[in-house]
Amino acid sequence: MTSLPQTTKKKLGLVIDLDICVGCQACVTSCKEWNTGGYSAPLSDIDPYGADPHGSWLNRVHGYEVGEGATGRTVHFPRSCLHCETPACVTVCPTGASYKRAEDGIVLVNPDMCIGCKLCSWACPYGAREYDENHGVMKKCTLCVDRIYNTHLAAEDRIPACVRACPTGARHFGDIGDPGSAVSKLVAERGGYDLMPEMGYKPVNKYLPPRDRRDSTTSTFQPAVEAPDHNGGGDRATSFFAWADKMLSR
Amino acid sequence: MHPAYSVIFFTTASGAGYGLLVWLAMASALRGFPADWALGLIGLGLALALITGGLLSSTAHLGRPERAWRAFSQWRSSWLSREGVLAVATYIPAAILGISWVFYETTQGAVVFASVLASVLAVATVYATGMIYASLPTIRAWNQPLTVPVYVTLALATGGVLFVFVLSLFTPLPTWAIVLPLAAVIAAYFTKRFYWEAVDESPRSLRPENATGLGHLGKVRHLEPPHAQANYVMREMGFKVARKHADKLRRLSAYLMFLVPSVCLLLLLVVSTYTAPLFALVAVIAMGVGVVIERWLFFAEAEHVSMLFYGAEAA
Amino acid sequence: MSSRRGELDGAGVARLDSEPAVELSRNPADEIKYTTCYMCACRCGIKVYLKDGKVRYIEGNRDHPVNKGVLCGKGSAGIMQHYSPARLRAPMKRVGPRGSGEFKEISWEEALDTATYWLANVRATDPKRLAFFTGRDQSQSLTGFWALQYGTPNYAAHGGFCSVNMAAGGLYTIGGAFWEFGDPDWEHTKYFMLFGVAEDHASNPIKIGIGQLKGRGAKIVAVNPVRTGYNAVADEWVGIRPGTDGLFVGALIHELFANRTIDLDYLVRYTNAPWLVIEDRGAADHGLFVRDEKGVPMLFDKKSGGLVHALTPDASPALTGARTLADGRTARPVFELMSERFLSDEYSPEAVAEQTGLKPEQMRRIARELAEVAFEQEVVLDHPWTDWTGRRHEKMIGRPISMHAMRGVSAHSNGFHTCRMIHILQVLLGAIDCPGGFRYKPPYPKQVPPWLVPHGALQTIRPLEPLGGPHLGFPLGPQHLLLDDDGQPSRIDKGFSWDAPLSAHGLMHMVINNAAKKDPYAIDVLFLYMANMAWNSSMNIPGTLEHLTAKDDKGEYVIPKIIYSDAYYSEMVPYADLILPDTTYLERWDCISLLDCPISTAEMAADCIRHPVVKPDRDVRGFQEVVIDLGARLKLPGFVNKDGSPKYPGGYPDYMVNHERKPGIGPLAGWRGEDGTKTGRGAPNPDQLNRYLENGSFFAHEIEPHMAYFRHANRDYMEWALEMGFRVETNPVIFQLYAEPLQQFRLAAQGHGERQPPDSHRARIDKYFDPLPFWYPPFEEDMVDSGTFPLHAITQRPMHMYHSWGSQNAWLRQITAQNRLYIHRDLGREHGIEDDDWAWVSSTIGRVKCQVRLMDGVNRDTIWTWNAIGKRKGSWGLSDDAPESNQGFLLNHLISELLPEGGGGYRYSNSDPVTGQAAWFDLRVNIEKADGASETEPRFEPVKQPFEMDKPDVLSFGAEFREGRK
Ligand SMILES: Nc1nc2c(c(=O)[nH]1)N[C@H]1C(S)=C(S)[C@@H](COP(=O)(O)OP(=O)(O)OC[C@H]3O[C@@H](n4cnc5c(=O)[nH]c(N)nc54)[C@H](O)[C@@H]3O)O[C@H]1N2
Ligand SMILES: Nc1nc2c(c(=O)[nH]1)N[C@H]1C(S)=C(S)[C@@H](COP(=O)(O)OP(=O)(O)OC[C@H]3O[C@@H](n4cnc5c(=O)[nH]c(N)nc54)[C@H](O)[C@@H]3O)O[C@H]1N2
Ligand code: SF4
Ligand code: SF4
Ligand code: SF4
Ligand code: SF4
Ligand code: SF4
Ligand SMILES: [Mo]
Repeated sequence: MTSLPQTTKKKLGLVIDLDICVGCQACVTSCKEWNTGGYSAPLSDIDPYGADPHGSWLNRVHGYEVGEGATGRTVHFPRSCLHCETPACVTVCPTGASYKRAEDGIVLVNPDMCIGCKLCSWACPYGAREYDENHGVMKKCTLCVDRIYNTHLAAEDRIPACVRACPTGARHFGDIGDPGSAVSKLVAERGGYDLMPEMGYKPVNKYLPPRDRRDSTTSTFQPAVEAPDHNGGGDRATSFFAWADKMLSR
Repeated sequence: MHPAYSVIFFTTASGAGYGLLVWLAMASALRGFPADWALGLIGLGLALALITGGLLSSTAHLGRPERAWRAFSQWRSSWLSREGVLAVATYIPAAILGISWVFYETTQGAVVFASVLASVLAVATVYATGMIYASLPTIRAWNQPLTVPVYVTLALATGGVLFVFVLSLFTPLPTWAIVLPLAAVIAAYFTKRFYWEAVDESPRSLRPENATGLGHLGKVRHLEPPHAQANYVMREMGFKVARKHADKLRRLSAYLMFLVPSVCLLLLLVVSTYTAPLFALVAVIAMGVGVVIERWLFFAEAEHVSMLFYGAEAA
Repeated sequence: MSSRRGELDGAGVARLDSEPAVELSRNPADEIKYTTCYMCACRCGIKVYLKDGKVRYIEGNRDHPVNKGVLCGKGSAGIMQHYSPARLRAPMKRVGPRGSGEFKEISWEEALDTATYWLANVRATDPKRLAFFTGRDQSQSLTGFWALQYGTPNYAAHGGFCSVNMAAGGLYTIGGAFWEFGDPDWEHTKYFMLFGVAEDHASNPIKIGIGQLKGRGAKIVAVNPVRTGYNAVADEWVGIRPGTDGLFVGALIHELFANRTIDLDYLVRYTNAPWLVIEDRGAADHGLFVRDEKGVPMLFDKKSGGLVHALTPDASPALTGARTLADGRTARPVFELMSERFLSDEYSPEAVAEQTGLKPEQMRRIARELAEVAFEQEVVLDHPWTDWTGRRHEKMIGRPISMHAMRGVSAHSNGFHTCRMIHILQVLLGAIDCPGGFRYKPPYPKQVPPWLVPHGALQTIRPLEPLGGPHLGFPLGPQHLLLDDDGQPSRIDKGFSWDAPLSAHGLMHMVINNAAKKDPYAIDVLFLYMANMAWNSSMNIPGTLEHLTAKDDKGEYVIPKIIYSDAYYSEMVPYADLILPDTTYLERWDCISLLDCPISTAEMAADCIRHPVVKPDRDVRGFQEVVIDLGARLKLPGFVNKDGSPKYPGGYPDYMVNHERKPGIGPLAGWRGEDGTKTGRGAPNPDQLNRYLENGSFFAHEIEPHMAYFRHANRDYMEWALEMGFRVETNPVIFQLYAEPLQQFRLAAQGHGERQPPDSHRARIDKYFDPLPFWYPPFEEDMVDSGTFPLHAITQRPMHMYHSWGSQNAWLRQITAQNRLYIHRDLGREHGIEDDDWAWVSSTIGRVKCQVRLMDGVNRDTIWTWNAIGKRKGSWGLSDDAPESNQGFLLNHLISELLPEGGGGYRYSNSDPVTGQAAWFDLRVNIEKADGASETEPRFEPVKQPFEMDKPDVLSFGAEFREGRK
């Protein structure tokens, strides 16, 4: 089973817009909240009220500074499993607990089979697998597999918890394998890219790059002709009043 | 990478065990010495104890040891699974060899077949262990052509020194039984040295700019980590050892796994039969400690690409 | 998960042969309840999924006007707030010394008896000896009403230390403000300027809005010394030096005037630009509007060539030209005065460049971009509407410029004027309540300023009698100050005194200091609700803790009795004598009322409720219940019937439904009238709460398109607002570029009028009560030695933490359990400080040790940190070795609540001189590398945990839902 399916019917995944993400952590906690009671429940927390609080989370948001000086910027960067097409995290798994679903390409860990050998986490270049110290098994983004087909939820809510919560709309969910899907179009339009293609894992999730700025470094704004009062001397106000008067009596 | 003691103990102990098994099996198959039941008991016993101890220790590393049996199922794709299958498979010919050696004091005839099979499986097991690491593209230091040879030669070298020690307890050491293990020690040393050189030379080609895909915008620096305390990924993959410290440890481990055992083995060529076990024991201990350090470094020095997201400068 | 196929429901299984069955469609809830989030004051609608009697999941309510389905990082961590080990369990009375944390749990009966006894005594003797101040609460219409009935002048909520500059600056200018009273027109705006915002009260709406703008390609300009969060995604980051926004905005206005890119028609129509101002230096009415005998302001009408009432519908007002009045004096239009101020070289981009740290070209370009978007990219909506004069307009034409500003501007001692300036910048562009501009949220706009004067002058306070009217209001001149016969402050916080005449929200940050110093007088009971005054919401924490524990000669506490309501074991709890434990937000009734700070959006008037979605498992009560109960026990009018029986025996829900402020107007606007068919005004409806519950716990009344914009002058809107009780008349709101009330104070300072400031205050009032906005250096910057303290130090709110509450949350604290000091890389280099080094930060009153992180995106002269992460040992149910108390730190230790002695030896509070807004961000510091430390300083004695808190070493919340599956 840890052999990868030849193809998957769909390539479900996330498209994350780095141009919009403000780093609010909503996707992080909503993911935790849904999933700690969901498919791979629980997502344990160690020392939750003590000196070293840490636990399993399926999604984390980093902040980076990119570039320097006038062209520098701050980029918030959410990171979760990319549901790669050819991920070694699955093939290294000795138990078959890790697998990629042929139906939709979702990469899952079966929490009832995992022995917690952690090898899959070594094999993931993206740091997307998190071991649950307390539960003794590996956890990872499930793409909210227990939401997206869940008939107990309204149809519009059958999307991952993180996408549902994201206040800025920086997260999109859909079939990236279908060129006609909204997400695929977005990726095409905005130059969506893969993380570390050199690893050869073929991530399904895509990132939309921050857009060009429109500040002094890139502005195309052309000033209107220099205004009359700019270099005016003492009677700047007088000439201004005359203008105002004239304008009003049009 | 975090150097987990259970994994270090597992790879060194089982490596030495498999190595010893190979030496014993091959030497007995080739009639290197009489099939003395005590030698068989102690030699093979030690080998199997090391192997079993190692394997058991490796399950201590598991979150769900009670499910360890599941690890045999994915031999088609997983080196870890293959290692498990091979490890267990090795017990069968090893047991046949052991039984006939200890209880029937014979290692010949059909038993030779078992010996050869045990040796092949032992080497294959160590090979699989090496492949677990060598096959990971995420860790440059492991994803090297020499990773597997290092595992195999070190297993043979540690097993070899053990073999010398065990043998020295029973018989005056024949020259071949000193020279061949010495050759294994030297081979292991050079493999490891070349490995270190190769790792040091292999470019750390990935940077945070690659990891985030933001390189076109300039240099990428980590500003705000996602969590205040280290998470699992950082604890597991983010372990770092200072270069200076590592260099010192590399030298120490080289002395211990190469210089000391080699000198001891060479001295064995001249010392008396009575003092031989002592020299052999020194070689075993030095080698053991050396390999533990080597194995610790194997993990500690390895950089995982995921750390690029957390502020590592290159991987 | 289960792999037994037989059990699967819903969509069933999608699997290949070898794939395990995944239970794709497990029902996540036994029950879903709709209520209102309270992980912060944004008040989003939530759906609470309940499973096996526990909270399984919290999700945004898609229908809700505030959050439209999304949920922020805090809201999504509500489970851990609700199950916090730091939750108080029962009423407590203090048994050890104040601050020790030694308490005894008592019964509610005992607690309420004690409180009643204390409060009844004070009320019967000297009601002002009760100071009742509430923090981050959302029931000010109830608590204010209670305090009014009780009869103490000493009531306010936290607005005075929060952002009253923004509120007052807007209300004295346009009758609304950014601060909770308005929003940008997210749908149409094309150019959005954000000043000094890290998170805002409108937490989710701003995020939704920014996402929308980004999607549409509108330009976002972020003015902020720090480039994180919203400011990181802006198109342009203006990394301004703190406290200088007034110069930057002044320069933009300068450029608009110089380039002649202002909306003159808009000014004539909607502002006091044409109103005539008397110019007669030295006269008692200098600088006041020319008024007729009825007091109506006048302007010069070009058509008739004479003076006419400012609200003459078909006048043709002159914006320029000095006019001679009947008495021979001259008067000039506001427009001229304003143009002169801003056309002067003082506000030229060159002149302000050094102080702001910005380049003149950048300011020039932004001014031109504003003009271009405003005047060349108009938004036209096909909505006919009628203005206040009865003129019909076929279209709504908007200038798609919008702005939003918050504490980065308001938390400075020059904030009031800067806030006014930003509002005026929008007015000059014609961008208030037009398509694409800034939009009011009902019940705004109010008159400028709102017609509500403060009550509580000491002469009017009598035992056992209610106050003459609401505590807080908007003075129009010295006559509205609350002073005693000697001109001394009537209020314990010195609100509405010469110290802070327009302190429309009070000065909560001064209460403890003043009470401990008995200045202006001593009090007997300090009653606080939901404010962590012993920690992150006070300035000068070491000083505050001294004040809270100060004793007199007889060994009695100077503040004799402190009652406090909190829901958690915060740093404030140990300093109170009697604790009234509140429920969590999922356990109580709450009412977010249009009488208060409602959840309205620009498109709709709305209010909402909370209701108990889970039952408390502890002996706690909703504070509102307690307030109503205390009101009845004290027999306060309004809380008892004629026969003395409780008026609201059903508690808070009873009050929410049946209380009427004016006939037909009550806490909730939806489904009024006996049959529930009335909106806004109508008889109480016994079924009202059920209707709310059916509707997801909120009520929203959509505003029709013809009333959607220009509401300051939109006849139909005004009429509707009158009907709803939002307004008292239908006259248009005229924007006050020139704020006459300020001139009234200035005239007093110059010796005119009956009420005179003490001489010590004259110069200050004269200077800062300028009717036209202006910039001056923040006080601390002016008063401390900039050589010794060359740097600015500010804080930002982390989006995922709410003040101090977040740290008890097992999930949120994993994200931020320690705060760093962020400094510019170059500054680090200068001081030899590298990443992760420790440093000392010193101010005039102390120093703090903290760990550094270097960054680029910060103004070179500014250092900053996340707000309210540092915790006192022992509080919040955290262990003593928690990073929050060993590595986390507060800048509050360094901020003085008083300014250095000025002339005359008087120490003013560290606040805006106009409004009394706390000047958190005026702080000046220096930094220095600290050697080899790994723990923060100062650290205070740990407080004891008064009861056993259930703090597991490992938390595996949710495991039970999984087990349940098997
Ligand atoms: N350095 C610095 N200091 C600042 C600021 C800054 O920017 N920088 N900002 C200032 C501003 S604007 C503000 S508004 C203040 C905020 O400061 P505070 O108003 O003190 O905010 P919190 O720390 O959240 O404290 C509120 C208290 O309410 C309690 N509480 C929470 N939920 C409930 C409940 O349901 N019922 C009851 N009864 N109590 C509850 C909490 O436990 C806590 O003790 O901080 C101010 N302090
Ligand atoms: N998540 C979360 N949300 C909250 C709160 C919370 O604690 N957490 N608190 C709520 C409360 S009580 C309030 S008052 C609001 C406050 O909401 P905000 O106004 O967003 O409050 P701050 O985080 O204090 O942000 C102040 C911003 O001003 C910047 N700044 C400081 N000085 C200057 C200056 O001189 N000029 C300019 N242009 N910028 C400056 C700072 O860098 C910072 O980005 O947030 C509310 N919402
Ligand atoms: S991101 Fe990591 S865990 Fe997810 S599929 Fe790819 S390799 Fe596997
Ligand atoms: S940790 Fe679990 S999922 Fe990962 S490789 Fe091991 S058995 Fe497979
Ligand atoms: S898809 Fe679901 S599991 Fe994955 S990050 Fe989003 S919320 Fe978490
Ligand atoms: S919820 Fe959206 S905006 Fe917030 S951190 Fe996640 S992706 Fe970014
Ligand atoms: S912004 Fe977040 S915390 Fe505040 S009310 Fe909305 S969901 Fe709750
Ligand atoms: Mo605030």
